[in-house]
Amino acid sequence: MLDASEGFTTEDGRRIGGVVMEMKNITLRFGGVVAIQNISFDIREGEIRAIIGPNGAGKSSMLNVISGFYVPQEGEVWFEGRQRPKVKPYEVARQGIARTFQNIALFEGMSVLDNVMTGRLTHMKTGILSQSFWLGRAEAEETANREVAERIIDFLEIQHIRKTPVSRLPYGLKKRVELARALAAEPRLLLLDEPMAGMNVEEKEDMSRFILDVNDEFGTTIALIEHDMGVVMDLSDRVVVMDYGRKIGDGTPDEVRNNQDVIDAYLGVAHD
Amino acid sequence: MFYREAGDFKTSYRADSQTFPIRFDRYRYYVVLAIAFLVVPFIINDYWANAILLPFLIYAIAAIGLNILVGYCGQLSLGTGGFMAMGAYACYKFMTAFPDLSMFINVILAGVVTAIVGMLFGLPSLRIKGFYLAVATLAAQFFLVWLFNRVPWFYNYSASGQINAPQRTMFGVEITGPLAPAWATYLFCLVFLTLSALIARNLTRGSVGRKWMAIRDMDIAAEIIGVNPLRAKLSAFAVSSFFVGISGALFFALYLGAVEVGEAFNIQKSFLILFMVIIGGLGSVFGSFAGAAFMVLLPVALKVVGVDLLGWPTDTVAHFQLVIVGALIIIFLIAEPHGLAQLWRLAKEKLRLWPFPY
Repeated sequence: MLDASEGFTTEDGRRIGGVVMEMKNITLRFGGVVAIQNISFDIREGEIRAIIGPNGAGKSSMLNVISGFYVPQEGEVWFEGRQRPKVKPYEVARQGIARTFQNIALFEGMSVLDNVMTGRLTHMKTGILSQSFWLGRAEAEETANREVAERIIDFLEIQHIRKTPVSRLPYGLKKRVELARALAAEPRLLLLDEPMAGMNVEEKEDMSRFILDVNDEFGTTIALIEHDMGVVMDLSDRVVVMDYGRKIGDGTPDEVRNNQDVIDAYLGVAHD
Repeated sequence: MFYREAGDFKTSYRADSQTFPIRFDRYRYYVVLAIAFLVVPFIINDYWANAILLPFLIYAIAAIGLNILVGYCGQLSLGTGGFMAMGAYACYKFMTAFPDLSMFINVILAGVVTAIVGMLFGLPSLRIKGFYLAVATLAAQFFLVWLFNRVPWFYNYSASGQINAPQRTMFGVEITGPLAPAWATYLFCLVFLTLSALIARNLTRGSVGRKWMAIRDMDIAAEIIGVNPLRAKLSAFAVSSFFVGISGALFFALYLGAVEVGEAFNIQKSFLILFMVIIGGLGSVFGSFAGAAFMVLLPVALKVVGVDLLGWPTDTVAHFQLVIVGALIIIFLIAEPHGLAQLWRLAKEKLRLWPFPY
């Protein structure tokens, strides 16, 4: 297995760094239901880390724990070498973790540009008074952040719809806008909750390309949940497999593919 | 034909995020401002000022305030009348306690006091939403009116329980009291309306406004991307109440002159301003203007048609007026739920291509 501090080099020659986020013995319960049971894994700098598993395995709960939306009853979350105290969800965003949602959570009443600009909110500091009169600092800040947002918009090829209200866009584009909003925050860890759910093959190919490009271009560490096995095996560097709230596999796609527990979980076990 | 953005290129993000990105809009805005400031004061008379212009200006400020809360931040409020009363009484207390203070400062201070009170009543918004929040703000309405009725300190122990605006001057011209000329009160209110609209527009096009709209559209997602919901909601309550307080102060000091709180700032006032915001268009500064104009002009227009043109008795017209205004509101909301601002937007879309739609 891998050493905790050292990185490694992937087959295609990308350099994966040290541990960015580490989950230690996480247990999450909802009343009597155990959603996650004693799971530990880590996410390394610059890698694409997938969490897979059958329905109800606890993948989304895991993502919600990482993004601070759920607080686990047991276990520790370590981010960038420090244990994360119990924080409010909006404070997690300020630490540099951004995410997208399984069911798109865009701001429907706002334009694409405004939605992407909301991703910059954690970088914008001017107060109400200076913004009231749109003076110097407020305007300079707005313009500087607009430039970053426009770079992301260019990158994801949504320039033509930047002034369109989000509510008018088709599903596939909304997914892309949501990715843009998360990227605009320049996160150190990007969480994607089923980025390809409900897409056709073409849209999936587009989205896969964007995810790889994001990882390549910005060096963003990505953790994603996905159902499409083909996509997961192609995209990710390492995979965690969950089933009934437990971790049943962890490793490179090839390792996971040949893991007997994983095969059993996905294909079922013969009873004789 | 009249209205197009073709050929109107932007070379900087600054130019693109200005208030009126289209040149035609910008010039029209300058023309309207010039007429309002340079022409109207010379032709204004007492009837126009008191029946139409002053109420329009003052209600427009209140509507901008409420629109920030309801239209931009999505927090329903029925306490507008109470907050206007807060502004009026704060203004009265400042006017009587510091007779030498400029009226301009008085009104601003009244807004600040109302902003603080508004934040207090906005605290429940962190826990409750929608109709339940509306009920909580309704408490503000009744509590504030009750307070100003029952605590004599607020009306300086006057025998009538009313508050009367003392005479104050600005640059040597009286702006409050019975002798104030119409053009002076008009200009004073116009300055406040212009400032309010500018501030509201600046806030809503920047990051503060985006926080509000994010909370309105999906509060959970807003929190995940780093918006502190408490601060965003309270800032909306504060800014909204600030404008509503200013409008209350102007309504009392410049328009009515004497106020009995249960009459001037009752629950009907809250509904009137909420109607203005809904009819004008939620989430649009222009909509606040349009809604205020609609609700101020409609009764006047009906009276002109009924009494002056048709020769009906005044009381019949007054009764019909309620029926017609109510019916129009319903019809209007069914026909165009997004308000006058949306109608205006559609008209502009049509005008862009007129007269050759293909």
